[in-house]
Amino acid sequence: MASMPMVTDRAEKFEKVCGILDHHAHRASSLIPILQAIQHEYHYLPEEVLTYVAMSLGVPAARVFGVATFYAHFALQPKGKHVIRMCDGTACHVKQSIPVLNALRKKLGTSEKSNTTPDMMFTVETVACLGACGLAPVIVIDEQVHGQITPERALALVDEIKAQEASLAGASAVAEQPSAEVSHV
Amino acid sequence: MSSAEVLTVSAEGEAGSPVTSQLRRVIVCAGTGCMANGSMKVYEQFKSEMAKSGLDVILELRAEAEDDEVRLSKSGCQGFCQMGPLVSVEPEGILYNKVRQEDVAEIVQQTLVGNQVVERLLYKDPTTRKSCRGFKDNPFYSRQDRLVLRECGFLDPEDIGEYKLHGGYRAAKKAYVEMTPEQICKLILDSGLRGRGGGGFPTGRKWEAARIQNSAKKYVICNGDEGDPGAFMNRSVMEGNPHSVIEGMMIAARAIGANEGLVYVRAEYPLAVERMRRAVADAEREGILGKNVFGTGLSMKCDVMEGAGAFVCGEETAMIASIEGQRGMPRPKPPFPAQSGLWGKPTVINNVETLAHVSRILNVGPEVFRSIGTKESPGTKTFALTGHVANTGLVEVPFGTTLREIVYNIGGGVTDDAGKIWKNGFKAVQIGGPSGGCLTEEHLDLPLAYESLRSVGAMVGSGGLVAMNQNTCMVSIARFFMQFTQRESCGKCLLCREGTRQLLALLDDVIEGRADANTLVLLEQLAHAVQVGSLCGLGKTAPNPVLSTMRYFRKEYEEHVFEKRCRTGRCKALLSPQINPLKCKGCGLCFAACPVGAISGEKKKPYHIDSELCIKCGACAAACKIHAVEGI
Repeated sequence: MASMPMVTDRAEKFEKVCGILDHHAHRASSLIPILQAIQHEYHYLPEEVLTYVAMSLGVPAARVFGVATFYAHFALQPKGKHVIRMCDGTACHVKQSIPVLNALRKKLGTSEKSNTTPDMMFTVETVACLGACGLAPVIVIDEQVHGQITPERALALVDEIKAQEASLAGASAVAEQPSAEVSHV
Repeated sequence: MSSAEVLTVSAEGEAGSPVTSQLRRVIVCAGTGCMANGSMKVYEQFKSEMAKSGLDVILELRAEAEDDEVRLSKSGCQGFCQMGPLVSVEPEGILYNKVRQEDVAEIVQQTLVGNQVVERLLYKDPTTRKSCRGFKDNPFYSRQDRLVLRECGFLDPEDIGEYKLHGGYRAAKKAYVEMTPEQICKLILDSGLRGRGGGGFPTGRKWEAARIQNSAKKYVICNGDEGDPGAFMNRSVMEGNPHSVIEGMMIAARAIGANEGLVYVRAEYPLAVERMRRAVADAEREGILGKNVFGTGLSMKCDVMEGAGAFVCGEETAMIASIEGQRGMPRPKPPFPAQSGLWGKPTVINNVETLAHVSRILNVGPEVFRSIGTKESPGTKTFALTGHVANTGLVEVPFGTTLREIVYNIGGGVTDDAGKIWKNGFKAVQIGGPSGGCLTEEHLDLPLAYESLRSVGAMVGSGGLVAMNQNTCMVSIARFFMQFTQRESCGKCLLCREGTRQLLALLDDVIEGRADANTLVLLEQLAHAVQVGSLCGLGKTAPNPVLSTMRYFRKEYEEHVFEKRCRTGRCKALLSPQINPLKCKGCGLCFAACPVGAISGEKKKPYHIDSELCIKCGACAAACKIHAVEGI
């Protein structure tokens, strides 16, 4: 088994997808919850999985891709290990969310077009409104909400994560264990 | 007695006195805002500190609580998010702000054991500097009429027992057992309840239209896809009082003859999804939802669906498409969803806040509901007050309340960018999000209601109220909303898809100094074209922010276009920083600060900025100690 990781990954991948499809009784009407469950599992929607879903639901692949690209929540590209979401709703916008976003992008070298760092560690994206307007401006890092954020505090939070990652990497290097990170096929 | 008290007293009167009114309670706010500020740590700390001090703590509410017991509970959003984490102590009605873990021991010792107030944790009025003890003397709360929100900040959203103890599901039972569908529709119509989602369509008429359809299968959908940036009242209700939403749906279902309901929640609200799901499961477990509702033999089931991030899905027909597993694109009406909706069956779609009002209307009767608000717009409306005001948060007031009351008395006045009170800083309020418009100083005494707002080119929308100070560039605000609607346009109608793109480009021309006299004419013409040429509410209302800012802030547009100047300095492209040679002492600080080498000169002589190289970052102005850099 260990000698054929690719095959195992592949089989596992479709096994999970099958489980999700079974759970929704292969109903095409449940396409959105199905894609949500798949994305929850893989953190994005791999192309071959979408084709597989279309086939097994008996709908054209175009419909599945249409839905996957229509909704902002579906990602067709893998995201970084840590997802930073800057709220740019009205309240956050008038309280200067853009300088925070620019500071983050500058530090991590990302942009609107390519929002993930090359080492797949960070993804920086904007979101229309998180509904935490009382705390504006708001940033969400890995589901953790941080309110009344400033560029300085945002950068400090990124540094914290980087330091944690560095110590993790250091620890695993000492133990000489391979990284436990799930590979994005 | 405030009108809110009239409503709650009459609601409780029927059920007998509330069981727990005298019970000592500590309520920790568990809304998204307070949780982000660490309220759950505070909750845990209370648990251990209260146990340590020998208090008899109960975590679950029972009907027969002992006198010496103290109940520790979480609540939904208490609305004053900016001051979180919030902790309130009942029945005294004390409200503590910004409570940290370290403060808990003091609260337990001083307040719970010693019956003293911890002064330093009280809210201080930013203008009068007076400490406010709690809900009664805090202007943010005392000037509101909290009906829907009252329970949000009081009840434990994860405890169905508590909801029932406070008269919950009584109205649903009445609807199923004592009333006919016609009676319910008539009662809601008589109450004058109008859709809180934006359009303001009479709810009773919507229900009646679905009721008279001859179909064995009908659906009720709760619209929790609160996409307007700057609005979060639906989130708070779903998080804070999910059972009131389910009860409203049950009554709607009974009124139209449906046996299936679906709550469509925005995916950006994970806590609301979780709490709604839990509430549905609890209601099923208690036999409230299920095959035999209140022994009538009628069935009712409810599901929760998470949206996938598309603003247009807040539109009824787009939401139906999304539930059916399609791209969320609207279709022409008629047929209206009440005639042919989900899966072609009659469907009623109501906003969260609308549904949250329903059970109360059944309990108190339509006349009492009508006694609040205006004749055309009865009842209360929750607004999300944000932006440049001292107190941001959720504000529930009767329709007809003036903007001045909300911004100055409840909101505590306009602030500058650093959050300090700015006496004459008011510039405008943006109401109704990307579909709404601006209200200016001249509208401060306008009573807020559906009709009055429409007459001045704005709309209630879902109720986002963003206050803006004099440092806000109105052209940039129009561009911000246009960028939002342009991104969110589903692409079905040409004028919405391409029109919003061109409107955005025209606004960019204004902001970046490329505009001429024609630009403003084109902007207006195209804005009107997009309004008439779009199918759904998104496109029809997308130009509103542009038209409304052009109407009330024409001068600002003209300054951008003809003088190439932005009075707030926010439009970077229009800045032309120069060093005033009369002021400059030639210290060289600006020269050292400039990141692109655009500043030249020699010490002790005035320096000079090369406008070709300058990136208008403002570093020179920040470095200069004598303010010799001007125009930035």
